[in-house]
Parts: sequence; C-alpha cells; structure tokens
Amino acid sequence: MDLAMLLVYAAPVAMAATGEVVGQKSGVINIGLEGMMLIAAFFGMLVAYTTGSAGLGIAAGIAAGIGASAVSAWFCVRLGSDQVVVGTAINLFAIGLTGSLFRARFGQSGTLISLPKLPAFHGIDPVIVVMLLSIPAIWLLLSRTGWGLAVRSAGEYPKAAEAAGFQVMALRLQACLIGGVFAGLGGAYLSIGVAGSFAENMTNGRGFIAIAMVTFGRWKPAFVFLAALLIGFFDSLQYLMQAIGVQVPSQLLLALPYVVALLVLVLVGKGSAAPASLGLPYRRET
Amino acid sequence: MIRALAIAAGLVLSLAVTLAVFGLPVGHSMALMAQGAFGDKLAITRTLVKTIPLTITAMGIIVAWRAGMYNIGGEGQFVSGGLAAAVLANWLIPSSIPGWMGLTAMLIVSVVGGAAWGGLAGWLKTKRGVEVVISTILLNFVAIQLLAWVVAGPLKDPAGGVPLTLQLPDRVMLPKFDPQTDLHFGIFIAALAAVLTYAFLYFTRAGFRTRLVGEGERAARANRIDADRVKIGAMLISGGLCGLAGGVEYTGIAGQLGTSFAQGWGFLAIPVALLGGLHPFWVVLSALYFGALFAGSRNLAGFTEQGTTIIYIIQAAAVLGLIAIGALSFKKPILKEAV
Repeated sequence: MDLAMLLVYAAPVAMAATGEVVGQKSGVINIGLEGMMLIAAFFGMLVAYTTGSAGLGIAAGIAAGIGASAVSAWFCVRLGSDQVVVGTAINLFAIGLTGSLFRARFGQSGTLISLPKLPAFHGIDPVIVVMLLSIPAIWLLLSRTGWGLAVRSAGEYPKAAEAAGFQVMALRLQACLIGGVFAGLGGAYLSIGVAGSFAENMTNGRGFIAIAMVTFGRWKPAFVFLAALLIGFFDSLQYLMQAIGVQVPSQLLLALPYVVALLVLVLVGKGSAAPASLGLPYRRET
Repeated sequence: MIRALAIAAGLVLSLAVTLAVFGLPVGHSMALMAQGAFGDKLAITRTLVKTIPLTITAMGIIVAWRAGMYNIGGEGQFVSGGLAAAVLANWLIPSSIPGWMGLTAMLIVSVVGGAAWGGLAGWLKTKRGVEVVISTILLNFVAIQLLAWVVAGPLKDPAGGVPLTLQLPDRVMLPKFDPQTDLHFGIFIAALAAVLTYAFLYFTRAGFRTRLVGEGERAARANRIDADRVKIGAMLISGGLCGLAGGVEYTGIAGQLGTSFAQGWGFLAIPVALLGGLHPFWVVLSALYFGALFAGSRNLAGFTEQGTTIIYIIQAAAVLGLIAIGALSFKKPILKEAV
C-alpha cells in the first residue's frame, strides 16, 4: 500500500470532514452529511456516465452537494429547526432518491457501471491535489481572515456575534454551503475516483465517520485530515490483509473503521474544543 | 384533531406528489398500493406484519428522544437483540426445554442485547461526552458487520450452504393466527409496548423525569434530578425496546438470521416516531401508515422497479414538510437554543 493509494481511499472522508469543520465552527452540525455525499456520488456518477467525462462528473457532484446543503441550511439556519431531525430526513431522502433514480435509469438495483477515470500522475489525480491544497486554505480562512473570525464567533456565542454587527444567519448559511461543496466533492470522488462505479447506499457510513473525525481532529483542519487518513488506512486494511494472506474474517475487518472511530471518540471525549453553540439553532430576536 | 387530519392529508399528498415526480400514474398507483395494503385479508395481515417491528422500534425511539438522547441506533439495537436471541437459540434448539419457556427466554435475552447496545451509547454520552447521534450510528455499522460475521461463521447452520443460522423449530416461534398468513402474536407485544411506553412516560415518576430532562436539563438538575442517570436509563429502555423488536421479528417472521435481518426497521422508526409527534398514540397510527405503505409498495414493486425506495422519499418529505409548517415546534423534545 503506497501513500497515493492511501490518499485515494481516505479522500472522500477527508474532504467531507474538512468541509464539516467549517460548518461546525459556525455552530451547525450536519447529520445529513452522509446523505449529501450519497446524492453527490449518484449525480457525479450519472453525469460522468452520460457525458463520458470524469471532470464533469465531479463538477456535477459539487453542484449536487451545494443543492442538498442549501436545502438543509434553509431548515437548520433559516427556520432554526432541529439539526438532528433535518439531517436524518436528508439521509433518508438521499437513500430514497438515489435508489429510486438508479433503478429508474439503470433497471436493476445491482447493475454494474463502469465510469471514466480522472487523469492521474503516479496515482495522484487533480482532486487529490485540490484536497491537499484545501486543508491549509480552510485553516487560513478560519483562523486568519475576518470572515473566519466571524464564523467562529457565530459558533461560539451567536448573540454576541450579532451584537458585534455580524449576520449570524448569513454566516452559518455560507459555512453550510462550503460544507456542501466539500461533501459534494467527497461524494463524487467516492463514485468516480475510488470505486469507478456506483452502488446503492455506497457511502456506507463514510459521512458519519467524517463527522466523528471532526471531533477526533479537534476542529483543526490538519488534525482532521490526519484522522481521516488513519480511518482510510483501517478502511483499506481489508484489501491489504487479503493481499498478504492473513486469515481474518472480512466482516470484522469491515467493522474496524467504525470501531476505531468510536474508540478514538471515547479516548478524546468531547472536551472544550467544540464550538460552544454547536448544534443549537439561533433565532434572532425581533 | 385538526392537526392530525392535516398531517394525514399531507401524508397522502406527499405520496401522490412523489409518485407523480417519478412519472407514475398517480391514481392507478395509489389504487394498487391501497389494494396491496388493505385490499383483502392477506393484504391487511401484510400491513400489520410490517407495523409490528415499526411500532416497537418507534416506541424505543420515543423514550430516548423524549430524554433528549438522539438515538439513531435503533437498527444496531434491533440487530443486537436478534443476535443475542440467536446465541441463546443455538443452545435452546437441541435442548428439551418447553417451547413457551424457550420463547420467553429468547425475548428477554433480545431485550437485554438491545439494552446493552443502547446503554453503551448512553454511557458514552454521559461519561465520555461522545454525542449519541455519532456513537449510535457507528454502533449500527458495528452491529451489522457483527451480524454478517456471526451468520457466516460461529452461528452458521453447518448443514446449510448459505450464511444463515439454524432454523428455529415451531415450538419456540411466536404462534401465528392463521397458517395461511404471516400475522403472529407479536402484534400483542407491539400493542403492549405502546401502552407501556405511554404509561411509563405519563404515569410514572421515572417517565416524568425523562420528559423533564429532555425539555430542559438545567431545570431538571435544579430540581435535583440526576440527569445522567435518567439519560442512561432512557437509552437502556430505548435499546431494550429496539432489541425486543429484533427478537419479535426473529421469532415471529424470520426464524433464522441472515445478513438480510438488518432491513432498516430501526432506521425507519425515527421518521415514524417524529411524524407521530413522539407521542405513543399518534406513533402507532404513524407506524400503521408506513406499514401500509410497505405492504402496498409490494404491489407497486411488481408494477415498476422503484418499489420500496420511494417510501424513504415519502418519509423524508413528510418529516421536512412537517418541520416546515412548524407543526413540530411545540412537540420538540428539546428547548435548547443558542445564547
């Protein structure tokens, strides 16, 4: 297993988690991340399959991610609805939508699809480069710009942020949409870059693992990325073990990333690094 | 009552719109679905059979969510309940224990299995600060892989070629009303679960505390209620009910476990509970509606390839619609808000 392969395996979770850092810093937890990735994986696949262009597929995935996050943000931010309820609904919607559309378009649920590949240099494709660049970029955006400061204040103490003249709702909305871009990128990369295909419910918990990795990485883009790499390693362990001929039941290896994610959460706990108003809707007083 | 009628109308409308969006003839499809859900005796029993696991798991969701614990892990708890019962069954089947005793033991063990899975998430939240939403979801995947391993390895029927556990003999299965249909005595268990959940929430001190903690932890703590204990308790009950659903499905319908045992009942129970406003009475009606959709969509599945996935869309649209019209605002389990 070389580093390029590890990066490819870890990329969907890493990208979704990077975007989720921005959203959570603004105070919105995106439980629907799993569903957004799935929607992006589907539409990315559909466009790549119909046009024959992997690049267009990735673009379509990003657009789908933005669309899904806009719906979610409208409920979570504009209406101030419960973020867990909205996220759960988005996840259900994603399973239903992608499953129904897949069957409508390709007939059987198990139809195999082969997708065009992204151009790559020694196993490194443009999306991986974008991912590697986005980590310092997101860090800069959050820690070194006025917008980042405003977003963080919206996630810590929104009433004070509002009193200081920031528009909390607008900031949270923007942060959610950035999260949607990355969820879309990660989801589309899963079907186009990693699998080269699409299967129903193929995200298989990666969105939830990404949320867990944000906690594990203490809301710091670099740490979150490393956490995602670690999960990517455990995720790829099943292939590695098969390759070197170690006899471990494959189902237990498949459970490994989830167990590891759970164990690290148990070890690090929530701590004080979490944005103080994470998950709490903000309603402006009128 | 007006609100209930509005929700019922909205549910029918969302079904019609979803069918129309997918280019299906609305009237004809709905007639087919209605026929598949209530058309004859067989159809009605099919609806009820689907309603049983939905009702029991949704009761579990109610208890946890009312305590402010967002248990998304109904699926994992359902599976671990079934697994616990299967472990016991492996030992029961060759023994000469009377059937009713074996069945009771399996159902109790399934409650314990589910409660352990749910209680673990409760413990992680209160002692380690791990969000219930995240831990229960991760535990779902662990339980599902555990099921896949157990049915292919330790508990696999050695005589069979496919990954399935031993077939339960009839004496430890829940009795059926009529050998021609699948409707089993689990329906009494589901009804009992709903009544007991209602009684627990509204007529016991522990239930009152559960609701109080869910509605405002600070107020509960100010009244010297040990919120952590209440939360763990709620997760134990919630997991126990979801595990019971697994045990009932195993001893009522499945008879043996395979990977297909994780059908998503615990996951679907969440929108069922939400649409019922987290109140046991309305949730039973909500479970009936979705049970009917499942049974009815069988007819639709024969008619088009879309089949059951459409139900997820209807559920999601109904939940979002309900939030959007603000109907959830005063039934929401939390009143927390950012400061």
